[in-house]
Amino acid sequence: MAVQPRSRRETWRLLFLISPSLFWLIIFFLIPLLLVFAISFGQRGIYGGVRWDLTLRNYVRFFDPLYLRIFYRTVIIALMTTILCLIIGYPQAYFIATRRPRWRNAFLLLLMIPFWTNFLIRTYAWLLLLRDQGFINTFWTSGLHGFLLRLAEMIPLPIWDALLRATSTPLPLFGTDGAIIAGLVYDWLPEMILPCYAAIERLDYSLVEAAQDLYANRFKTFTRVILPLTMPGIVAGSVLVFIPSLGAYVVPDLLGGAKSIMIGNVIYSQFMAVRDYPFGSAISFVIMVVMLVGSLIYFRMGSEGSR
Amino acid sequence: MSEYAVELKRVSKHFGPVVAVDGISLYVRDGEFFSLLGPSGCGKTTTLRLIAGFELPTAGEVFIGGKLQGEIPPYQRPVNTVFQNYALFPHMTVYKNVAFGLEMRKVAREEIRQRVLEVLEMVRLPGVENRKPSQLSGGQQQRVALARALVNRPKVLLLDEPLGALDLKLRKAMQLELKALQQRVGITFIYVTHDQEEALTMSDRIAVMNHGRVLQVGTPEDIYERPTDRFVADFIGETNFLEGQVMGSRTGEAVVVVDGILTLHVPLERNVGMGEKVTVAIRPEKISLHADPPDPRAVLGVVKELVYTGTDSRYIVQLTDNVLITVRQQNVGIGDSGRFALGAPVYLHWQPQSARLLTA
Ligand SMILES: Nc1ncnc2c1ncn2[C@@H]1O[C@H](COP(=O)(O)OP(=O)(O)O)[C@@H](O)[C@H]1O
Ligand SMILES: [Mg+2]
Repeated sequence: MAVQPRSRRETWRLLFLISPSLFWLIIFFLIPLLLVFAISFGQRGIYGGVRWDLTLRNYVRFFDPLYLRIFYRTVIIALMTTILCLIIGYPQAYFIATRRPRWRNAFLLLLMIPFWTNFLIRTYAWLLLLRDQGFINTFWTSGLHGFLLRLAEMIPLPIWDALLRATSTPLPLFGTDGAIIAGLVYDWLPEMILPCYAAIERLDYSLVEAAQDLYANRFKTFTRVILPLTMPGIVAGSVLVFIPSLGAYVVPDLLGGAKSIMIGNVIYSQFMAVRDYPFGSAISFVIMVVMLVGSLIYFRMGSEGSR
Repeated sequence: MSEYAVELKRVSKHFGPVVAVDGISLYVRDGEFFSLLGPSGCGKTTTLRLIAGFELPTAGEVFIGGKLQGEIPPYQRPVNTVFQNYALFPHMTVYKNVAFGLEMRKVAREEIRQRVLEVLEMVRLPGVENRKPSQLSGGQQQRVALARALVNRPKVLLLDEPLGALDLKLRKAMQLELKALQQRVGITFIYVTHDQEEALTMSDRIAVMNHGRVLQVGTPEDIYERPTDRFVADFIGETNFLEGQVMGSRTGEAVVVVDGILTLHVPLERNVGMGEKVTVAIRPEKISLHADPPDPRAVLGVVKELVYTGTDSRYIVQLTDNVLITVRQQNVGIGDSGRFALGAPVYLHWQPQSARLLTA
C-alpha cells in the first residue's frame, strides 16, 4: 500500500504524539551513543581522561588476539545460552500454551515469581550453589562420599576406588564457562518462553489437526507445521536472549571467577579500572554493530521461514 | 468387506457434563453422498470428528470400511477432512498444501506432481500452484481445501459446512459442482450442514440430528414428504401442525378431532389408541383452495391474511376459533385472477397422504 500524502497539520499532530518518546530517546540514547562513538576515536589521557582525536587505534587494538579470543568465547557462551534456553523454554512454552485458558495464566505467574527477586541476589544464589563449599559440592564431598564409603565397606566392588576418588574432591563447577551459562540461562529463560508462548498460543489448532488428517504423525506435524508457524516466536526469543547474554558482565563477574571472563567484563574494566574510555567505547561499538547486523540477518531469515 | 463405508454403533461423546453425541447409530453406504443435517450445536461436527479420529467416543464403536477404529489416531485413518475454516497451511504454497498428504505417505515425487496438477484441474483451479493461501479468494481457498483432501483418494471424505463461508450465489454454484464431483470420483462423502435446502439438493441420504441424536435417516424425499418426527417436519421446510385427539380409526386411517370441532382424516402408519393426543402435519404447498367444496372431506375456513411473495401467494386461513393454517398457492395467473379476498370463505383440500400423523 502506498503511503498517503499527509496534510501538514497531521504531520504536526503525529510529531506531537511521539514527542515524549522522541525526547527520551534523544536525551538518553542518541546523545550518549554519539558521545561514545566520538570518544572511541580519542585516546586515553595520562590520568585517565579522554584526549580528543581522530584515530582508529582503538579499533585496531580490538583485533589483538587477546581480545578476539575473549570475544569469540563470549559469542560461544551467548550462543550456548540461547540454544539451552530454546531447548528448555520451547517445550515449556508449548506445555503452557496448550493448557486450558485459566491454567495458562497460573503457569505464567509461576514462571514469573522467581524473577521478582533481585537479579543480583538470584545470581548470587547460583554462586552459593556452585562454588567449592557450595550446596552441590557439600553434598558431593561429604554426603555422597560418606554414603559411598559406608557402602564400600559392606559390598566390595572394584569400582569403589574410582568413585571414592572422584567424590573426595569438589566438582569444578565454579569459575567455568558452564557456570556462566547456567547463570545466564536462568536469568534469560523467561525472555525465550514468553515470545514462544505467544506464538504457540496464537497457532490455529485446526492446522495441527489438518496435518494429522493428512497422515502426518506427531513428529512430522511438529516439524512441518508447528515449528515453521511458531518460528517468529523462536526468532524473537533467541534475539532477546542472545543480545543481553553477549553483553553480560554481572553473571560472568560473579560466576566466572578469575578464569572465565566475557567481553562485557573487558568493557567494564576499561571504563572502571583501567579508565581507558576510548578503548572501552570502541569495543562497545564493535559489539553493537555485530549485534545489529546479526539480528537483522536473523530476523530476515525467521520471517522468510514463516511466510 | 462391509457394504458400509462408515458405521457408527450407539456412539456417544460427552464433554464433561455436556452430551454432544447421544448414542447415535449410522450406516453410510459406499459411494454415497450422506448429509448430517441439524441446527447449530446439535453435534454434527463432533460426529464428524469421531469418524476422523480427533475425538474418541465415550461409548460405542466407529467402523470405517468394516474395520473397527478404536483408538487409531487420525493420521492412520483412511479418511480426509475438509475443515469448516479450510485450515490451509499459511506458510506453504497451494502446491505444497495439496501435496502434503501424498508427501507424508511417501508417494514418489513425480507421481505427486502429476496428481496435484490433476486434482487442481479437477477443482477447476489450475495455475495457482505457487500462490500462498492468503493470496486466494474465499471460493478459491475452499477449492484448495477440497483438492488437498481429494488428492489422497480417501475411502471417505468428511466435509464440515464447507460452503458456509461463501456468499449465496457462489454457494449455490458450488453445491451443484460438489455433487457432480462426488458422482465423478465415486468417493463416499459425509457432509455436515445446517442448511436444509443444501442437504436436500445434494444428498443421496440425510440424517437429521437434534440434541446429539439422529431423529430420521432417509432420502431427501423421505425426509421432506414423510417426516416421522415433529422436529424433522418443522426443521425442513414449512409445516402446519394441528394438535388433536384420535377419535376413531378405520383401516389405514385415523379420525382426528382438532380443537373439538374440526374433523380430519389422516392415513395411519402405526397403531394409535383411542383418545391419544397426536399432531397432524400438513405442508402449506400441499393444500389447495377452492370456492366450492371439491370433495366431502374438504375443510371450510376464512381467509385472514394474504401475502404476495412473487411466485406464490401465502394465505393464513382460520379454521376454528383457535386454529390458523398457512396455505401456499402458486401464482399461475396474473393479477387477482384466482386469488381469494380477505374474509372470503374457502374450502381447503389436500391429498390424503399429504397429512402426516406425528406423536404429539
Ligand atoms: N471440545 C468440546 N468441549 C466441550 N464441549 C464441546 C466441545 N466440542 C463440542 N462441544 C459441545 O458439544 C455440542 C455439539 O457441538 P458440535 O458438534 O460442534 O455441534 P454442531 O457442529 O452441530 O454445531 C455443543 O453443545 C458444543 O458446545
Ligand atoms: Mg459445527
